[in-house]
Amino acid sequence: MGQKLLMKGNEAIAEAAIRAGCLHYFGYPITPQTEIAHYMAKKLPKVGGVFLQAESEVAAINMVYGAGSTGTRVMTSSSSPGISLKQEGLSYLAGSEVPAVVVNIVRGGPGLGGIQPAQSDYFQATKGGGHGDYKQIVLAPSSVQELYELTVEAFNLADRYRIVVMVMGDGILGQMMEVVEFRDKEPIERPDAPWATTGHGCERSQNVITSIHLSPAVLEKMNLSRLEKYKQIEEKECRYELFNDEDAEFFIVAYGTVARIAKSVIETARQEGLNVGLIRPVTLWPFPRKAIDKVMGTAKAFLTVEMSAGQMLEDVMLSVCGRKPVYFHGRMGGMVPAKEDILQKLREMKEQLG
Amino acid sequence: MTHEIILAGFGGQGILSAGRLLAQAGMMDGKQVSWLPSYGPEMRGGTANSSVVISDKPVDSPVLSNASALIVMNKPSLDKFEAWVDKDGIVIIDSSIVDRDVKRKDIESFLIPATKIASDMGNTAYANIILLGKLIQERQIVTLENFEKALYVVLPPKKHHMIPEEMEALKIGMNYADK
Repeated sequence: MGQKLLMKGNEAIAEAAIRAGCLHYFGYPITPQTEIAHYMAKKLPKVGGVFLQAESEVAAINMVYGAGSTGTRVMTSSSSPGISLKQEGLSYLAGSEVPAVVVNIVRGGPGLGGIQPAQSDYFQATKGGGHGDYKQIVLAPSSVQELYELTVEAFNLADRYRIVVMVMGDGILGQMMEVVEFRDKEPIERPDAPWATTGHGCERSQNVITSIHLSPAVLEKMNLSRLEKYKQIEEKECRYELFNDEDAEFFIVAYGTVARIAKSVIETARQEGLNVGLIRPVTLWPFPRKAIDKVMGTAKAFLTVEMSAGQMLEDVMLSVCGRKPVYFHGRMGGMVPAKEDILQKLREMKEQLG
Repeated sequence: MTHEIILAGFGGQGILSAGRLLAQAGMMDGKQVSWLPSYGPEMRGGTANSSVVISDKPVDSPVLSNASALIVMNKPSLDKFEAWVDKDGIVIIDSSIVDRDVKRKDIESFLIPATKIASDMGNTAYANIILLGKLIQERQIVTLENFEKALYVVLPPKKHHMIPEEMEALKIGMNYADK
């Protein structure tokens, strides 16, 4: 490993993108992710790239669509209300199979909501916020180091599968500073892009990037081929972390900042005789169902903790599939789950289940 | 050993940069660190706070609900965070602004008129450093050597000429005997 720096999460994302070879950034400022744009504005021109503050989020995502169509690495970032505005573009990108990286540093909603951290865009990110049958890979880092590593990985995944990859963090992750250790050389994979609109030079037929297919039979066929791709991603790209899973009876399922708070509860819980483990999904789509299966032997119950009304909860319930009880603790609007409240919930579970 | 530190006061008192200095110096000491600021409209003239964790092991959570050390530069912050301090924890109070000591008996407190001392030095911006000095003296959270180095990283180059004075302010804080 190379250089070590104390960095804000948002800056680490931007630095990671540049290291991954991202040459274009289009965005519109919104708290709590504006430092990404600041960093890009300062650094991208120095590496021969283009930073452009668009007139709106809608414009920005369509610029991403355009740049991505040429096979260059491109990124946009925003926070919840801004990501809502980008949904139409995300659906078009999916329909045209144009790779791109989109960062959402989530804040409390709905509507303009607040600016404090939240995880209430889980449904929008994992179930398709735009129209049509499509998926995007959703990565959920939980430290500044992981923001860096997963942002680099996001570009690789986007190119490998010609898909949109969303890096989703909460306001805390964007704003906090931690030590980041940068690699001397990034593990960059760039497959050929024979589909890209780079100019045919009268040597090949035209490449056309479009999401319009008026023949139902053709459109269905394209959807089916994408489903095949999504299936492959589900098989190959599920990522998660298990902590203290050997013989735990109660499993907290949490991602991002909340997973870290959950982790800090586990030691105290053990001292009270509560044997608690943690499942931390790193990919939210594809959701790591295997992690749930893996702990089913010792697990008595699951506790999903989120900064939302219970969104990932539904994926946890689908994965547990009635085999064990699933409990939930959530805070909203920018409130962050407290250690003591998680602990109390675990005590109640133990009391109910014996 | 894990230090969980909350620094709180008004926006503009250097609360966020004081936290960053601790985190930067802690990292240079080879520790695991995190720094989490309050962000948003309250930064502009309202209350500001930052949470710093400096530890020998990886930082579980950057979000604090208790603290081993507290630095406060206004009264609302003392009112809010006094209850968060661990038993035998330490509270450093800027007594030029906060007109009371801690109410609890199970924590240690130091009252330093930091803003007044800094103003006498010719720059109220040193108040945060004076308070950090006392904290470092009492709890050895970071080394002086790396604190000085951290100043060069955290402060913009146009302020580097102030660093000798910042270090002097730090030492005034370290040596301040209260009560």
